[in-house]
Amino acid sequence: MLIPHPLLGLRDAQEFTYLGDARLIERPDGMAAGAEAVFADYVYLRDNPAGVHRELWFHEQGDRSWLVVTRDTVTHEIISAELARDVAMRGKGGAA
Amino acid sequence: MHFSGFRVIKEALTGHKGWKPLWRNPDPQPSYDYIIIGGGGHGLATAYYLARTFGQARIAVLEKGWLGQGNIGRNTTIIRSNYLLPGNEPFYEFSMKLWEGLEQEFNFNAMISQRGVLNLYHTDAQRDAFRRRGNAMLLAGADAELLDAAGVRAMAPFLNFDNARFPIKGGLLQRRGGTVRHDGVAWGYARGADMRGVDLIQNCEVTGFRIEEGRILGVETSRGYIGAKKVGVAVAGSTGRVMQMAGMRLPIESHVLQAFVTEGLKPVIPGVITFGAGHFYVSQSDKGGLVFGGDLDGYNSYAQRGNLPVIEDVAEGGMAVMPMIGRARLLRSWGGIMDMSMDGSPIIDRTHIEGLYLNAGWCYGGFKATPASGYAFAHLLAKDAPHDTARGYRLDRFARGHVIDEKGVGAAPNLH
Repeated sequence: MLIPHPLLGLRDAQEFTYLGDARLIERPDGMAAGAEAVFADYVYLRDNPAGVHRELWFHEQGDRSWLVVTRDTVTHEIISAELARDVAMRGKGGAA
Repeated sequence: MHFSGFRVIKEALTGHKGWKPLWRNPDPQPSYDYIIIGGGGHGLATAYYLARTFGQARIAVLEKGWLGQGNIGRNTTIIRSNYLLPGNEPFYEFSMKLWEGLEQEFNFNAMISQRGVLNLYHTDAQRDAFRRRGNAMLLAGADAELLDAAGVRAMAPFLNFDNARFPIKGGLLQRRGGTVRHDGVAWGYARGADMRGVDLIQNCEVTGFRIEEGRILGVETSRGYIGAKKVGVAVAGSTGRVMQMAGMRLPIESHVLQAFVTEGLKPVIPGVITFGAGHFYVSQSDKGGLVFGGDLDGYNSYAQRGNLPVIEDVAEGGMAVMPMIGRARLLRSWGGIMDMSMDGSPIIDRTHIEGLYLNAGWCYGGFKATPASGYAFAHLLAKDAPHDTARGYRLDRFARGHVIDEKGVGAAPNLH
């Protein structure tokens, strides 16, 4: 698989380490009420779709950036890739 | 139809005209007491034990394709019970004991071959860990022997003992481990279940659950609605997408694991040999092909095929431990989809929906567990209580902090 890195262009997937579901970006607030149950879900439960999946890939043997890669888990087709930092900033309402 | 030596001779003398199909091919009835979703090893074994041991009637197995088309037909056929943790080891030893009596019990040749499973070690620390594992196995009633380098050399002189990075210092041997003809297991359980009145319904895909007030009423299928008092889901790598229809998120990711087979060779490998440090395992089939595999591809996949980098990685692992494998030509490679759970251990439990039960999360190890998984799941379905050996496999163990983390890598399924 080739991953279209937004800064570096097409890179071999072997340069990356896979983490999983991109929802891991949305880390819950550990001090909020009911944080224990929310964290159990956050750490252990996963969306596991057959089809389009947003996931985190770490460019470990490259520029060490985290990417959010949108990929089809049935065909292995990669639809898009963006910097995880941009996705996280957008989630917090920051400029990105 | 009972199989026996007498029967074989009789058929040989009368032109083999008396053999019959091993199971019926019935249409679905409007409702059942028990529906098992998934006509693979675990689903068929569940139906078999439900019908036989627990004396229940009106059972159906629904399979979207044909029986045994999933992981029971796509694995490397190894059986063993060399686990460490208390939640795991008694369960896999129970499975091993069921394997040992299986062929006599269901009167079907599954070619169970207890030729030994040898795990190699390469450092003093790994030897100590294997000694501990061997002791845990002995305590659970299994067998284990710790071999030194000379012991391994006597069994498998062809290994690369002087590898610069992983010199072989010995191995942990379970002589009762071995291999089984995987399709034979599916066919044997299917035949046994059919003989006890279970309807095995093929080409019947479950497309939804009918749930009212937190209770299951039945399943929608490609062949119409079928009512059920209890529904058990045993769909291996498809757990995520099936349980999504019941609105459940699970501690599971689906990954692809590849396996490989070479051309047929004369007998060269005495049993199963595993090279955990490089993650490579190999055995020889009865037809002579070397059957081997290695790591997951490492990312979520439903493709039932792998990618080339892992093929290269597995071949490198094979060459490192067993250089002579380089002379064999690779015939085929294939991929199976498996549930990688968040602690690497399975789940056999009821769900929060009354009447809906789950058997999932088998990671690499579903095949060897087939008999015990079926037995324990049948026990759960029939009695609403977990089987003694499967008490640790609860769905809520993650939230409670009672994970069974055999490899000690935490909630990282691609590392298990």
